[in-house]
Amino acid sequence: MIKVQNLNKTFGEIKAVVDVSFEVRPGEIFAFLGPNGAGKTTTIQMLTTLLRPTSGAMQIDGLDPVTHPLEVRRRFGIVFQDPSLDQELTAYENMDLHGVLYHVPRKLRHERIELLLKLFELWDRRKSFVKTFSGGMRRRLEIARGLLHTPKILFLDEPTLGLDPQSRNQLWTHVKHLNETEGVTVFLTTHYMDEADRVAHRVAIIDHGKIVAQGSSAELKAQTGADTLEGAFLKLTGTTIRDEAAGSADAMRQMARMWSRGQRR
Amino acid sequence: MNVIFMLWLREVKRYLRSRSQIIASLGQPLLYLLVLGFGLGAVFRQAGQGSYLQFVAPGVIGMGILFTSIFSGIGLLWDRQFGFLKETLVAPVPRLQIMAGRTLGGATVAMIQGALVLVVCVIFGFRPQSVAAVPLALLFMALIAIVFSALGTAIGSTLRDMQGFQLIMNFLVMPIFFLSGALFPLANLPAALTVATRLDPLSYGVDGLRGAFIDAAHIGVALDVLVLGVLAMVFVMLGAWAFSRIQV
Repeated sequence: MIKVQNLNKTFGEIKAVVDVSFEVRPGEIFAFLGPNGAGKTTTIQMLTTLLRPTSGAMQIDGLDPVTHPLEVRRRFGIVFQDPSLDQELTAYENMDLHGVLYHVPRKLRHERIELLLKLFELWDRRKSFVKTFSGGMRRRLEIARGLLHTPKILFLDEPTLGLDPQSRNQLWTHVKHLNETEGVTVFLTTHYMDEADRVAHRVAIIDHGKIVAQGSSAELKAQTGADTLEGAFLKLTGTTIRDEAAGSADAMRQMARMWSRGQRR
Repeated sequence: MNVIFMLWLREVKRYLRSRSQIIASLGQPLLYLLVLGFGLGAVFRQAGQGSYLQFVAPGVIGMGILFTSIFSGIGLLWDRQFGFLKETLVAPVPRLQIMAGRTLGGATVAMIQGALVLVVCVIFGFRPQSVAAVPLALLFMALIAIVFSALGTAIGSTLRDMQGFQLIMNFLVMPIFFLSGALFPLANLPAALTVATRLDPLSYGVDGLRGAFIDAAHIGVALDVLVLGVLAMVFVMLGAWAFSRIQV
């Protein structure tokens, strides 16, 4: 479903993504695990036509995102790391607008919206403005929105960042359920070990723009002789991922969130 | 077509929902209308120019449209800040349609705002020459709205954050307003000022409105329509070009 070969992206002097190759099979949940600044988001941005690679080949459902951006966009849904909802519109309006942007016919659109909002337990709040939603509800709405046009692939870029443990659990339950019932391929990035371990069929560990190892969680553990994914990660990269070591970009994002929350008061 | 309509609808909905903002943005035109209208009224009449309120009302309407349409274009910055811009940029839709929807939405909102200012002006004593003036006035309001919404989109596409906003306000929007002849007659100005007023797109809008409402155009209604029409096309192309270059 996704094929990537020797993908590179450099920003001036900085090599954000170095010779990355991997393949995601149809119906699979595939996780990119790595610390902040490892190149996870850059890779997603290239796969989703938002950024051009410096070199390398990519295929999404057999199509090159660089040469066929519009066709590729129709095939995936994406939940960005940062919120991308219109807060001044209601949950339903956000969904409806998305449906029109993705050319979902009216009748089907309304059916899908109802189905997804019910699934993500937001149907009762469909007429509420998004600005009144909690962080967890917004994330759920973003995922529901990303699935509205029945994409073959769902990209989730750090979908649980800033969520409480309960919302995180609930979110992954939904994602697994969708993967099983609708057969949607999921490509996710995270820096939480337990999420990659629990949710993904296969994991690629990425550090400093390079893929260090890939395989199922069990394979990675066996390969390194560690009994947890965290141990495997430590052995492979020589470091642990810690929240308090979050990069400056992450700190900025947290600030921005706090600030935008303050704005709403 | 559907996409353009939905994005247009989004702009209009957001505007109609921000009641406090609508009221607030009526404040400034009202201030100019009342304080200058009555404050300078006596001097203006003594100079043999008739009622200043009659004269300044079209200018104040033009100002209302100018501010609203530029700001709606700069609203792009907020969409960038709150992330919604990405949602539209990653959709399988040509950027031109997104830009068209937004710009038409912004122009519509500015038209509504202009109409509200007109109503306020009439309440405080402004008297258009006849009801027949309305269609031509609406045409000018639409042209002003399109020109400056497109300009706003171009600016909003170029600015990275709110830092540049003050710059745009002081060195672009305010000069456009003051040089447009909204507040003073365009006749008998020093040569340099005449040139400056002729370079200001809003001059043609205000002049056109004055022609339509009180039959007192200085430049001439036909030329006003021509210039604004051409500028609208140029600015829409400029806006589309700037919007197509946005990087996430």
